[in-house]
Amino acid sequence: MGRSKKSGLAKTRAKSIALAATVFLIPALLLIAVYIIYPIIDTFLISGYKWNGISSNRTFIGLENWMNLIKDKLFWSAFGHNLVVMVFSILLQIPIGMMLATFLDAGGKKFNLFKTIWFLPYLMSSVAIAFLFTYALATNGGLFSALGTLIKGQKVTVDLLGKSPNALFAVIGVMAWQFTPFYMVYFIAGYGNIDTTVYEAAVIDGATRVDYIRYIAIPLLGPIFKTACTMSLIGSLRYFDLIWNMTQGGPVGSTELMATYMYKLSFQQFNMGYGSCVAAGMFILITVIALLFQKVFVVKEDY
Amino acid sequence: MKEREVDYAKEKRKSIIAWAFAIFFAVVWLVITLTPFAFMVMNSFRKQFDMLAQGVFHLPDPWYFANYTEVVENGFFGYFFRSVIVVAVCLVLMLIISSFAAYPLSRMQFKLRGLIYAGIVAMMSVPMHVTLIPIFKMTTDIGLYDSLGALVGPYVTFALPMSVFILTAFMMTIPKEIEESAEIDGCNRFNNFFTMILPLSKSGLSTLAIYNGVSMWNEFAFANTLLQTPSHKTLPLALGQFKGEHSLDIPMILAVLTLSVLPMIILFIVFQDKLVKGMMAGAVKG
Repeated sequence: MGRSKKSGLAKTRAKSIALAATVFLIPALLLIAVYIIYPIIDTFLISGYKWNGISSNRTFIGLENWMNLIKDKLFWSAFGHNLVVMVFSILLQIPIGMMLATFLDAGGKKFNLFKTIWFLPYLMSSVAIAFLFTYALATNGGLFSALGTLIKGQKVTVDLLGKSPNALFAVIGVMAWQFTPFYMVYFIAGYGNIDTTVYEAAVIDGATRVDYIRYIAIPLLGPIFKTACTMSLIGSLRYFDLIWNMTQGGPVGSTELMATYMYKLSFQQFNMGYGSCVAAGMFILITVIALLFQKVFVVKEDY
Repeated sequence: MKEREVDYAKEKRKSIIAWAFAIFFAVVWLVITLTPFAFMVMNSFRKQFDMLAQGVFHLPDPWYFANYTEVVENGFFGYFFRSVIVVAVCLVLMLIISSFAAYPLSRMQFKLRGLIYAGIVAMMSVPMHVTLIPIFKMTTDIGLYDSLGALVGPYVTFALPMSVFILTAFMMTIPKEIEESAEIDGCNRFNNFFTMILPLSKSGLSTLAIYNGVSMWNEFAFANTLLQTPSHKTLPLALGQFKGEHSLDIPMILAVLTLSVLPMIILFIVFQDKLVKGMMAGAVKG
């Protein structure tokens, strides 16, 4: 393409392709422009104002919100919680998901019941999970307290959601419960993509199942690991529903995340100017971290 | 590889031990997965104060079904059908629009192809919160606030990037010759799309329908921001509504939770063999 002169026919063909492509792409591009691109720009614009979200008069205050954001201890502690959640999500969800998938791949059809049951948590809404675990982890009548009582033979209370470091880790555990099934299916799909002849060849060469998993399957799954990590990373940096319905960021802000902080500011305190600023800051941080991650963990794809 | 004696008995012992470990951990994860569900279902059949009195590991005594009837009498099915409508409309729109977009991206050569594809895929990492305030504003301005229509745009759009990504990968696996021969027979691109590409993408589409159906059915943040009146709310908000009105009656709230997840579980058990197939295309490359 490009410099070489095209015959009239080729040109007409290219034109007709371009026209068809445009027609097919327009609905998607239009929606993305209206519901993603424009709102992002607007969020950055609103972050320059002091505005309660309802009244028509809003005052332009320039970069004041951004200056406050940089000094805002609550925002940075929320960001810190996001990082903790991110690290533990990747460390828990992906290895467990991978192990479950390996088990199912090695076992074949006879373990289908395991697959069905393991997937169930993913079907439940974050709101339902949040409420369920509010009760299941409750100090009184919760599962852990009941289990402790059963083992010790006397009344034991385990306070998971009411104390500072416990609450964050309890939430991380619940998140692992919820999202591991997704990565499990993702890795099952990855295993499915490895040609069965690869395994057969390995067996003929004298490899055991464990050898095959260690030296062949896992290296072949490299790119999928990277995608899974990226998804988990982005997902945990923008996490919202579960925490909002379970702890509302409490106790005393110990489970506050960027998204819950933003939501509180915007839709509870109606400080939409600063809320937009937090949202924009969140957007910048997530983009930077995702890009850095892509840069650092380049998986060689020349296998 | 070096020649080596294979001690079959030893290999077999090793493999049995490996399987024993694997099955042990598989059962552990099974228990972890099921315990919260068991907690939910069992306690939803208790009377309000029986939960603490009987202990959570005790079977309900007596089995108490009134929680469920009361939940249904309190408008559960209203929430339920609103969710069904929203999910159905959004899913159909989303699948049509994303397969429309994936078709040229996977099977046509034109100038901006790479750029547009990269742009759409990059949208996957945008957090919805960065769009929340403008979308709230926009929805209010065009008069859709507090109606189910408010959810359609955001739901469809935020499901698009991932779906376009997976469908593009999926359509790339369909052999090129199919269209070429059709073109010679005089079919145009629109006919091609509807008569061949779309039917051949069925398994990709059904996987996407499952994943996006689940996430739309469960969506909370947009719904919570864009809907206000209880009689306009969707199912995930109903949970909060019930919890607000009956905060002390834990078994009854657990009954609502059970009812809300039940349809998803039934649908999943029916369609579960579709779960992996379409995902495989997306899992080929990151």
